[in-house]
Amino acid sequence: MLLAVLSGFILAIAAPWFFKAFGDRTGWVLAILPAALAVYFGSYIPEVMTGETVVQEVPWIPSLDIELTFFLDGFSLLFAMLITVIGTLVVIYGGGYLKGDKDIPRFYVFILAFMASMLGLVLSDSLISLFVFWELTSITSFMLIGYYHDNAKYRKCAHQSMMVTVGGGLAMMAGLILLMMIVSDPAGAGLQGAEAFSLRAILAVDSGLITGHEFYVPALLLILAGCFTKSAQVPFHFWLPNAMAGPTPVSSYLHSATMVKAGIYLMARLQPGMGGTELWMTLIPIVGATTMFMGMYFALKSTGYKQVLAYSTIMALGVLTMLIGIGTEKAMLAFVAFLLAHAMYKGAFFMIAGIVDHETGTKDLKVLSGLRKKMPITATVAAVVAVSLAGFPPLFGYLGKKMMFETALEAPNVQVYILTLVALTATMGIAVAGLLGVKPFWGEEAETPKPAHEAPLSMLLGPIVLATGSLTFGLAPFFADSALVQAAVTAIWGQETDYYLALWSGFNTAVVMSAVTLVAGLLVYWQWDRVRGVMESLQWLYDHGPEWAYTHGMDRFLPWIAKKQTGIIQNGHLRYYLLTILLTLVTLVGYAFFTRGEITGALSFEVHFYELLVVLVMLTAAFFAASTSSRLGSVAAAGVVGFSVAVVYIFFSAPDLGITQLLVETLTVILLVLVLFRLPEFVSFSTTAARIRDVFVALLVGGMMTALLLATQDVQLYEHDPISHYHIAKSVPEAYGRNIVNVILVDYRTLDTLGEIFVLALAAIGVYAMVKFRKRDERLAAAEASEKEETA
Amino acid sequence: MIESKSLILHTATRFLLPLQLLFSLFLLLRGHDEPGGGFIAGLVAAGAIALYLFAFDVPSTKRMLRASPHDLFGLGLLLAAVSGIPALFLGKPYLTALWWELEFPFFGEIKLSTPLLFDIGVYLVVIGSVLSIVMTLAEAE
Repeated sequence: MLLAVLSGFILAIAAPWFFKAFGDRTGWVLAILPAALAVYFGSYIPEVMTGETVVQEVPWIPSLDIELTFFLDGFSLLFAMLITVIGTLVVIYGGGYLKGDKDIPRFYVFILAFMASMLGLVLSDSLISLFVFWELTSITSFMLIGYYHDNAKYRKCAHQSMMVTVGGGLAMMAGLILLMMIVSDPAGAGLQGAEAFSLRAILAVDSGLITGHEFYVPALLLILAGCFTKSAQVPFHFWLPNAMAGPTPVSSYLHSATMVKAGIYLMARLQPGMGGTELWMTLIPIVGATTMFMGMYFALKSTGYKQVLAYSTIMALGVLTMLIGIGTEKAMLAFVAFLLAHAMYKGAFFMIAGIVDHETGTKDLKVLSGLRKKMPITATVAAVVAVSLAGFPPLFGYLGKKMMFETALEAPNVQVYILTLVALTATMGIAVAGLLGVKPFWGEEAETPKPAHEAPLSMLLGPIVLATGSLTFGLAPFFADSALVQAAVTAIWGQETDYYLALWSGFNTAVVMSAVTLVAGLLVYWQWDRVRGVMESLQWLYDHGPEWAYTHGMDRFLPWIAKKQTGIIQNGHLRYYLLTILLTLVTLVGYAFFTRGEITGALSFEVHFYELLVVLVMLTAAFFAASTSSRLGSVAAAGVVGFSVAVVYIFFSAPDLGITQLLVETLTVILLVLVLFRLPEFVSFSTTAARIRDVFVALLVGGMMTALLLATQDVQLYEHDPISHYHIAKSVPEAYGRNIVNVILVDYRTLDTLGEIFVLALAAIGVYAMVKFRKRDERLAAAEASEKEETA
Repeated sequence: MIESKSLILHTATRFLLPLQLLFSLFLLLRGHDEPGGGFIAGLVAAGAIALYLFAFDVPSTKRMLRASPHDLFGLGLLLAAVSGIPALFLGKPYLTALWWELEFPFFGEIKLSTPLLFDIGVYLVVIGSVLSIVMTLAEAE
């Protein structure tokens, strides 16, 4: 399975070369990998059907107990099949859709990388790798939405989807960490090491230990924030319609069939462990039902083909969330059935939308009409898929919808709210299905910007396969049931279920609901223009929804905050920077010192005469440096202090430090000389009050350093023995060097040194950039000014 | 701007520079056992070249150096970072020190090691960074 995930990434890297070799046929060639993966995962179906879980453990960061464990049970298998099968179709379709586009290799790179990330997500057992793959899907999605990167509006859409999903992802990370803390709590489940990150281990824990923990509510809310943003639940739904800025194959794959279901996936996974509480069964159904209703409402209001699809996807995500929230055994079956049905019809519909747009040049539903003569195959497929979307028997969509009704009727919490919205949504759903599958193809033939014609095979293949799937699974639900659905339900319900899928299970309320909503829906479709007119009269409300809040926050509030805090922190005065740094240092170290440190050792006053002399020189020089009004004098005096320190090092037999100190002092003087003679005349800026403050700060810092040094004298890490003895004893046998300082620098603590030399190089680059770029900026400003003068 | 017309300084620098650079190499190579090492040696070399810069000017220093200071610290960082890689092949953590003792016909036994490579990297980074700063400031108008 590791190979299955990695192969996608590897092929993604190689995709541009494939394009060079195969040109327009690249899509067909690259699709071999997802197709092979589909066969590979398909071969596990018999094994998984018997309740087996296939596990592969790969150590990743053993020192932190992080493993790259993959596991395959019914639920991840269902997702893996969806990802690979639809992935195959989308890669082929994308090759046709983007034919001739100059950036098409980039499409292949990111679509394959996305597929691999998504596979990794649904196969991950470790919460850590799950999170990594989760964020990888956000990033690849960002690159794919921004595929047409020369359009500023599309870039903004990509940015928005990234900010929303990654923002939620961060919240989710915090939630997952809390969840790990819950399960590793020794008073509760007490999982150890890698077990605490393992989904399987967490779900095996008695759910009472999780839901009863004090961190349960914050953990759940944070994880849900991640799931809701990823799966476009109200009020974070707005990024999804905007994500349609990407090419249609991308929308079809990421923003309908797979990525947006990552949030759903995680919720369903955690349901056995974290579900069943009042919070879960109230909050999630309400959010889900609201999303479902809002999605369908906006779908009916929209006129762009892809826009309608985007909103109806939001509706479907709402349904799935709601079903997870209801969380009964039947809800889980409905959930899986709806998931499968939706992936099939929505994937197909997006591809049809691409065909219509590609071959006619428009996606405006008000204009499109009567295409069936020019595009007979597309029209037929669209009709079949629309019937599934509307939820008519005998298509698979009907099963999903029927199960949803039955579940809603037995919802334990907020039932009235759910039922009302379900009925309204179903009614509008019929109308939307008509808009998508019937209106563009039937009725009078209308003019289109491009002369309409049938699409090539590469683009038709996807919708045909998916429509056939809808029909087969609908006519013979037994296939779907036995192939995947039962195993998936077992995986997320925790035990085998007694329910099964059937087209007809007797005359009940659900059937009545289906019939009533059907009639009402046809009425709405018939009066679409009028209904839309009413909906549009509420335009003001739509303009001030969550998206308004988001854009307002990003465009106004964030810059405002940034400006304010930059103004305070980056004030441009070196003296304030120094003051901030020193005071922070004194506060932090001082706090630790007073709470934990103490000076116990006796001070020794055995000082040699020459030591005293050096100290006196230092004091005098320091005092002179601080009080003189000559810059050169100040520098020279500071130099005297430095050289005296070097002498002190040599007194205490640290030749390396002494030499270094001498050299650094010399170079500092050179540097200062280079800078000094460029500075203007010395002027006294500081007021007396500022000087007193500075003296105070200086005394504080000096006092603290003194106290600290005295305290370090007492620190005895090794019993009865200073640490230098350890180094003297070990440096030759272990590092083959007698110079302890050098051994520490280049052997024991090499990584620190590596960091330090990077900082050194960075400082050099900083000086270079500051001096050179300032000069360039000034030149540019001067050139601009002279240009203005000339034109004037 | 910085240009000395002193004949004494010119002549002295010409003779001192090779000596100082040799001394810096000496410090670098003996650093593991005696006082010295990449950092100190780099400072000595940088000081020597800075002296040259004060005696002559920036363009002639650049001509004398042949490589730009940026390339020097870039190469240094690369060497230091690369010196940690061989350990990975032996399944040890990045930057673990490795030693090889080689017999050469005339020199006798010579110890080569990844810390030496690392120290040469430090040496180059120090020279490059200091010279970059000095030259940038000296060139500034």
